This record gives sequence, structure tokens and C-alpha cells, in this order.
Amino acid sequence: MAEIQRVGEVIEASTTGFTAQCYELYQMPPLGSLVKTGDSAAELYGIVCNATTASLEPGRRPIARGKDEDSEEAIYRSSPQLAKLLRSEFEVLVVGHKDGDKLYQHLPPQPARIHGFVYQCSPDELKDFGKSFDFLNIILNAHLPVPGEELVAASLRRISQAHDDQRAFLVAAGKELAILLSGNLNQLNAILGRIKL
Amino acid sequence: MIERLGIVVSGSLNKGVEVRLDSSTSIEDMVEGRFVTIEGAKRRFFGMITDVSLGMTDQRLSLTPPDVSDPFIAEVLAGTSTFGTLHVSPSLVIGGGASAILEGPQPVKTIPSHFSAVKLATQEDVELVFGTEDEKRFFIGNPLDMEVKLCLNLEELVKRSNGIFGKSGTGKTFLTRILLFGMLQKSKAVNLVFDMHNEYGWAGTREGGPPVKALKQFFPSRVAVFTLDEENSRHRGVSTDGVVKIGYDEIEPEDITLLRQTLNLTDLAVEAVYQLYRKFGRSWIQDTLDLKLDEGLPEGLSVHEGTLLNLQRGLATIRRLPFIEPHSPANAVKAIMEHLDRGTNVVLEFGRYRDITAYILVANMLSRRIYAHYQSRVEKADAKGGVRPQPLVITIEEAHKFLNPIVAGQTIFGTIAREMRKFNVTLLVIDQRPSGIDSEVMSQLGTKITCLLDNEKDIDSVLAGVSGRSELKSVLAKLAAKQQALIFGHAVPMPVAFQPREYGSAQSYKDFAPQKEAEEEIEKLWD
Repeated sequence: MAEIQRVGEVIEASTTGFTAQCYELYQMPPLGSLVKTGDSAAELYGIVCNATTASLEPGRRPIARGKDEDSEEAIYRSSPQLAKLLRSEFEVLVVGHKDGDKLYQHLPPQPARIHGFVYQCSPDELKDFGKSFDFLNIILNAHLPVPGEELVAASLRRISQAHDDQRAFLVAAGKELAILLSGNLNQLNAILGRIKL
Repeated sequence: MIERLGIVVSGSLNKGVEVRLDSSTSIEDMVEGRFVTIEGAKRRFFGMITDVSLGMTDQRLSLTPPDVSDPFIAEVLAGTSTFGTLHVSPSLVIGGGASAILEGPQPVKTIPSHFSAVKLATQEDVELVFGTEDEKRFFIGNPLDMEVKLCLNLEELVKRSNGIFGKSGTGKTFLTRILLFGMLQKSKAVNLVFDMHNEYGWAGTREGGPPVKALKQFFPSRVAVFTLDEENSRHRGVSTDGVVKIGYDEIEPEDITLLRQTLNLTDLAVEAVYQLYRKFGRSWIQDTLDLKLDEGLPEGLSVHEGTLLNLQRGLATIRRLPFIEPHSPANAVKAIMEHLDRGTNVVLEFGRYRDITAYILVANMLSRRIYAHYQSRVEKADAKGGVRPQPLVITIEEAHKFLNPIVAGQTIFGTIAREMRKFNVTLLVIDQRPSGIDSEVMSQLGTKITCLLDNEKDIDSVLAGVSGRSELKSVLAKLAAKQQALIFGHAVPMPVAFQPREYGSAQSYKDFAPQKEAEEEIEKLWD
């Protein structure tokens, strides 16, 4: 099993989602990736649905500093404090939880705990998670900062990468979406256009 | 394990059920007329696909079709947003419940519940319904697109009159020959075939090929070929068992009644025939033809001049038939009866005399006498508790000439068709214009086999009174022009479209013939 990668720490949580801060600036997991938090007794699974990088203090906006610098890296080199004054955060939509060994793709009884570590899921976990498509319904019905079809497409692309037969997985997912979105052809077409290989 | 095709999504007992196909099932593999089983919660249903259609969840898909050149999109949409539906009419219950196990397939009285799985019928299912080849059942063909044998219980079949219909050139004659073979092999019935086109006795014709063998070549001892045209039979190399000649004195008024249309007789002329018969007795034809109008009519006759002329013209047509003689030395009817009594099947060839007048006259004359004979034998047997005669099946071609609404009430064939099996005589009616046959007679036919028909009236008359008519109509209309037929009625548990078994190749002869003869036949082919 690949080494589990820790990507952040929960700083805000609700039943439907949580926000985590990255330990390093810009080290957030990609959009649509599957992450988990919590201990082995109650693990929460979520999909990264948004990420932001902003100043630590809401009142102090960063100012442009690169006028006399040659490259972007040079800005950070000449102002090393920047990495500490800015922070990267990502929002996670909770799409499932594990109770013992069993994986459920519906909302957990309790939200995530603040300061809970957030880990990126391993390919095996992705495969396991991809056995069911119930999570698609949660994404499609959530109020998200990004368009729902974008997130569905991004998450399916990422989960499919863990599968040996990527195409078969995407076709199966597409069929599930065709049923879920039987009344919304445009949305279906948008997603299918984003997930085809 | 047979894979599921789809699930039942709606339907009614009268109209059949709708089946939504699974995405893994290709709609192009679903063929009308195929058998399927539906696994209900308590029973198993057996039915036939009667329609195939395309459906979609969102009508906008038909307005803005997706980009199906992309195989991914096409694969995703197949079976989800776009799907195939089947219309299945369940006709039998083949499992579940004690009665189904004890009594075999039962007619349906209900339909399967929602979302019951639908599968293609297996060989076992079809065998359960149509039986396997055995002592009584005869293999007549394969249901369309299936490698399963369709077997008919011929003893059941011959208990009622039956019909074979189809346009000219669709294979009626081949089908009839196969059925006759079956009857010879598997039923106790004896056949009398009025063979208008010389197809069933020794050899039959085949479009674009050498002649095919007919009954006598397989069953020399059990088939007797009689002919009306000895010379023609000799030319064709047929060994005949007898020549039929008919004497004027054997023709009775009823025979003329039937020929009313063909001879163009007026109603009055037909009436006059009875008067003349009463007056002159058995020699009435000769005497009527000898009457001279200017000499005046004999006493006691009141026939109008024009009527007599009309009648004389008609009788002259009969007299011109070469097999009609003033006095026939041998009694052909008696000879044929003797053969039938011995259990020998009789094929009567007409040689060159394919004229409809000859056919009607001879067929009606013989059948009437044979029927009378059977009737008296059956009555005697029933009264004294003796043995009833063997069932007799009379095969007639161009049946609408005998059974049209105008004459069906008068001809013997109308009587046989209506009174059926009381006297152990039934008909095998072959016709290309079923609409010309009296509807009363059509309704009495037990089993009907029909090849392609395309005249609306003919289709309606064949399917009159059958349940699921509209479905059968579409099956019938889509039969191939050759070698496909639809059978329904008494002898089959449900209507089925089938391809008649092959006939005409060496292998098929081997399958048909009794084993020993077949082997000799194969030997000959190698020589």
C-alpha cells in the first residue's frame, strides 16, 4: 500500500463538509480528489470541491511586489515571510463515511472534528470507493462554490485513474449519470464531454 | 445460464406486456416472433415478441441528438437515456403452481408482475411447449431464428379439419407434402389427396431444381396413385394403381349444383336437373343431351326452352372431359374406397385435366360417395359397437371453389368441414384465396397454417376469431416470401412462426424415409 499522504488539517466543519488548511502554501490536493479524515472508528470521505489561497488576516490583502523582480520565484525568495503570511485552504464535500469496514456513500452521523488530519486516499481506497456511484447524487444535489458538473467530472476522472479499465469505469459512471440526469440533458452532455477519454 | 434481456415495465392481459431492454442487450438481436420466458414471482410465462421499438427518457434527445460518433457517448446513452423496448404477448404459463406441472402449459389468465425478468426461451422451454419428436409428434420445422424443433401432434391434428394458406409460390405444396408425410408416419389416418397439379403422388416440381420425390417413392406399399389421365402419368413415368373413368350414369344432380358457377348455369337450369333426374333416372345426362327442342319435351317435364339450352350447353362441357364416358366399365369410386378401407392412402392425379370443372366434378363426386360410405359405416359401428373406420383426411386444393359462401352450403366439403369428426372424415384445405372461403367453414378449421399473404381480406379471413389478432397480423405480414409460415389453432398450444423443415435434399429424404429405405437411397446416390 502506498504511503498515506497527509494534506491538511480541519479548521472548520459541518455535517455536509469541512474546510482544511494545508501545511505548506499551495500544497492543496487537486479539485475532485478523494480525501479522508477521522480515526479508524469513524472515517469521513470527502471530495475536494474548492480551494483558496488568501492572506492570514482577512483585513490585510497582499500587495503586488514583483515590479523589480525577474521571476515569480524571486518574489518569494526576497520576501520569505510571504509563505507564513499567506495560507492555502481547501473545502471538502463530505460524500461518505466508513463504519467499521463498511463504506457508506451517504452523510455521516457526525461532522468532522476540528484539527482532524486530512489524508489523500490511496489508489486502493479509490477503487473501493468507485464500486458504488451513490456519491454522484450527493454532489449533484449539493450547493457548491463550483459548478456541479465540473466537480462530478473531476472526481470521476481522478477515481478512474486508479482503475485498470478506466474506460469501463467511466462508461458505468456515465450510465449512472444518464439515469440521474434523465431530465437534464444539457448537464449530462456537459459531464460526458468532460469525462470522455 | 441464459442472460436476462430486460424487465417488464408495463402491460395488460389483453394487449401484452412492455419489456424494457437492458443496456447489454442489443435491440438488433431481438426479432419479432422469437420466444421469451418471463419469470414472474409465482409463475413462469411463455410468450412471443410481437413488436420491437425504441424509447428515450427525454424527448429532447430526438430533437438534439447527441454526438454518437463518439463511441463513449454512444455507449453511455445506450440502455439508459435511449433504450429498446419489446412488446411481448404472453400466451402460456409453463411453470409454477401444481396445475402447470401436472397438466403442462396452460393458457395465460394473468400477467407477470412489474419488473419481472425476461429471458430468451431455452430449448427446454420450447420443448415443454411444443413437445419433442415421438410416436405421435412429427417434426415440421423450426421456430424462426431458433434451433429448436417444432413438433405437431398429428393425431390431434387430424381430428379436425385444417387449412394451409398462402400466396402462390410461398411453399404451400411443400408444406402440404411434409404434413402428408407426417400423417403417413405418425397418425392412424388414411389420406385421400385430390392432386390437381400432380405434386404428391410420385414426384413433385421444384422451382429452379430437379423434381422432388413424393409420397409413393417413400411408402410404395402404403400409397396408391390413381390417375384421370393415364397417358400423362405414363409420360411422367408414374406407376399408377388405377385409372379413374367416370360414367355419365355416375353423375348425380348434386354434382351439377356445385358446378353452377363454373358451367355458367342459371338457377332455373340447376332446378331443372332434379326434374330431369327424376324423369330419366341414371341415364339423365345422355337423355337430356338427346332432347331436341323442336320435337317437344316428353310428358311430365316443364322446363323452359332457354333453361334447357343453358343446361345442355353446360352438360356438353362435362361430356367433353376426356375421362367421362357413357358407361364406365370399372367403378372407380369403389376401387378407391377399397384402398382406403385397407388403409392405403390414395393420391388422385389429374394429369393434364387441370381444368377446374374436372377437378370440382371429380372431387365432389368421389368425396360425396366416400363420405356417405363412411357415414353409414360409422353409424353401423356405433349401433353395433363395432370398430369405427380409420379416420380419413381429404386433401383439396383450390378450396375456395368448393367452399365459397355460395356453394359451401351445398357441397359435401361444406358438410365435412362443418360436421367434422363425427364420421371420422376431415379436410385438409389448401388455398391461396382464403377470403373466398365461407366464413362458417373457416371458423371450423381446427389448425391453420399460413404462408405469406398480402391481401388484407385474405389476412383478415385467416385470422378471424384468433386472440391476439393484431400481433399475429404483423407477424404474418412480415413472413418471408418463401419457406416461412405461421401456425395457430387446435394442434399447437400457441401461434408460432416457423420455417418448415428442409425437403428435397438427400439428407432430408433420409430424415423422412423409414430407416432402411433411406440407407438404400444414400447408397444409390454414391453409385
